[in-house]
Amino acid sequence: MLGFLVRRIAYGLLILAGINLVTFVLFFKVNSPDDMARLQLGGKRVTPEAIEKWKAERGYDRPAFVNDGARGVATLTDTVFFDSSARMFAFDFGRADSGRDIAAEVARRAGPSLALALPVFIVGLGLSISLALGLAFFRGTYLDFWGVMVLVAMMSISALFFIVAGQYVMARVLQLVPISGFEGGADTWRFLLLPVAISVVARLGPEARFYRTLFLEEIGKDYVRTARSKGLSEPRVLFGHVLRNALIPILSNSVAFIPLLFMGSLITESFFSIPGLGNYLIEAIGAQDFAIVRAMVFIGSVLYIIGLILTDISYSWADPRIRLQ
Amino acid sequence: MKPVLLLTDLFVFALLAAGVLYIRHVRRTPQLLANWRLALQRPAGGVSAVILGLFLLVALTDSLHYRRAGPSDPSTGTRTWSVETRSALDLVLAPIAVSQERSYSRPLAWLGFRKETFERDGRVVRDFPRLKFGGAHLSDPPSQWAGDMARRASAGIAGAALAWMLAALSIVALLARRASERLGATIARIVRGRTRYPLRAMLLTACVLMLAIGAAASLSTGYHVLGTDRVGASVLVAAVKSIRTAIVIGTLTTLVVLPLAVALGVTAGYFRGWIDEAIQYLYTLLASIPDVLLIAAAVLLLQVKIDSNPALFETALERADARLFFLCLILGITSFTGLCRLVRGETMKLRELEYIQAAHAFGVRSARILARHILPNVAPIVLISTVMQFSGFVLAEAVLSYVGVGVDPQTASFGVMINTARLELAATPVIWWTLATAFVFMFLIVLSANVFADAVRDAFDPRSRLRSEP
Repeated sequence: MLGFLVRRIAYGLLILAGINLVTFVLFFKVNSPDDMARLQLGGKRVTPEAIEKWKAERGYDRPAFVNDGARGVATLTDTVFFDSSARMFAFDFGRADSGRDIAAEVARRAGPSLALALPVFIVGLGLSISLALGLAFFRGTYLDFWGVMVLVAMMSISALFFIVAGQYVMARVLQLVPISGFEGGADTWRFLLLPVAISVVARLGPEARFYRTLFLEEIGKDYVRTARSKGLSEPRVLFGHVLRNALIPILSNSVAFIPLLFMGSLITESFFSIPGLGNYLIEAIGAQDFAIVRAMVFIGSVLYIIGLILTDISYSWADPRIRLQ
Repeated sequence: MKPVLLLTDLFVFALLAAGVLYIRHVRRTPQLLANWRLALQRPAGGVSAVILGLFLLVALTDSLHYRRAGPSDPSTGTRTWSVETRSALDLVLAPIAVSQERSYSRPLAWLGFRKETFERDGRVVRDFPRLKFGGAHLSDPPSQWAGDMARRASAGIAGAALAWMLAALSIVALLARRASERLGATIARIVRGRTRYPLRAMLLTACVLMLAIGAAASLSTGYHVLGTDRVGASVLVAAVKSIRTAIVIGTLTTLVVLPLAVALGVTAGYFRGWIDEAIQYLYTLLASIPDVLLIAAAVLLLQVKIDSNPALFETALERADARLFFLCLILGITSFTGLCRLVRGETMKLRELEYIQAAHAFGVRSARILARHILPNVAPIVLISTVMQFSGFVLAEAVLSYVGVGVDPQTASFGVMINTARLELAATPVIWWTLATAFVFMFLIVLSANVFADAVRDAFDPRSRLRSEP
């Protein structure tokens, strides 16, 4: 187990190094610091001196990979690549173009993101599983048929529509909840109610349908026939045997998403003006702030890799036949 | 006139050619033919194929681009070409597109949406102005409007019904000749639903679609059927033009995904060893970067490149098209990992099977084993996941355009439409028609794609066929 963990974490670091290289090449080679400076300082009437000054402020005026001017280890460390990548592993992302410290900003915004994403994850998962189980219970009937039809129709509606229409009806016409905004403290739930409800509805279609197929696959297995032939009632078979076995892959798969909850959701946060990480990213894209985008790529990848490792662990925990090696 | 082949056009037609080749291949392969028949024999499969076919037709018409000749230079005798690139579809839509209003107007309206101050009968009044085009032919709109609407709509419906009957009759006649039976007998067979394919449902769908198009076309001669947007352009035109963007994103992205996923997946699964390790590293790396972030980063960079090299593109449309193409490319690169993993797993399973071991023992070369045994066997899962991914790409475009890293803001697309509609919903009174139009069109495309994908999956995946038929 420990050996497995160490190996997986080492592999994760290897992946992160690769990602750093890829983003570095994307942001500093494909697109030179000169381009960035010109974009940030605006337009074509930028003097070369201004560009040099902009680059010097950020340390982008040094060589990319190998600094021949320096001595010893500094040949490799006193470079843009080492500076901008190595610091990331210590979660030091430098400053945004607005001058703020990115790491502090990320830490501040993770809270609101999580406040939205966590309820969506839990409620959504619970609702999808119950719905899927209900449909599996009534399989082959009209209820099942029309239920699946509704789910397919819901799958075909863009999440943007759910948000736009939901916001319009609930907040504007019925005025049940505030249209958008966020506030810490006791009143938070009033701002979160609508975005959470809409996000849950938006992912209900694909998830419930997928879980229904998983349940149906499980129902076709031999041990279920055995259970029935023992004379167990259908609800007992479904809730006592099928549910428990089908939950293993469902929950283990969901574990992968838990770390990513910190990243928040792009569109929901932006529509409801929730000051989370998703919103941060959209603002960064709008302002073309590459430092923030790179930092977010790194954080997102770290969380994804943690999710992968968690999935492996939860599989072996749920199913003792799987050995981690 | 000079034909223009945009980057995406090139690939759309390449895909069309590939599709034709694939159909020929299917017709020669009994097993494939049987599976495809099974997919289309279900009413859901047949009906969704008809709807998708219509959208594909629109997208193809919109991919035939040309530039009109400008005034020729008398001194040198060289022709200049209009800076505006148009498509065959623009030609069809031209009558609606040129009749622009000044600003917003409701669907089928004859009055403007907002009050304006203007002069009427020598006095300055503040009222809803008459539209420049919508209902301009009416002298007393309140009393004439309903009658005029009914007249135009019924004329359009009648024309469409006639066209549908002609088309349906020729299909029936063809069928009757093939089965060498009387025309009446074939019609009776179709009405009773005793045909190999669900012809009754398919013909009915075609009928509904044609009637809707007929009515809309006829009404468009005097009104803006789906209203106009902020600058007074027809929302209907915007929606129809968006179809190509949606279809291009859905299909071109597949074109990127397929070769990448299949080639890498099969190689990794078959050769194992360090090749497998390298490929696994590559796709884990790509999967680790959150999709939106990678797309955002790539599109931002592309925008910088495009902005700093304006000389690269002759027209604005070419620039927008390059961005659309690049978006497909990067969307494909971020989403090939799932299929790649699937293909790798399947290949690993296949290579342990006895007949492949036997082929090895006989000394058959790897390339031949791959081509003869592995590829045909991974084809079904590749096909299924390809068809399933299509609707996901169409939906993704809308979200990406909202985030600002989708298509060029000047390209007509559903994402851009929804994005503008969002601000319009905040206005009082509400401007709902842009959103409603985008919703209906997108829903139709994505729903029919989803239903079609289900039919294909049920036909090609023996497990799901067993599951849905007990």
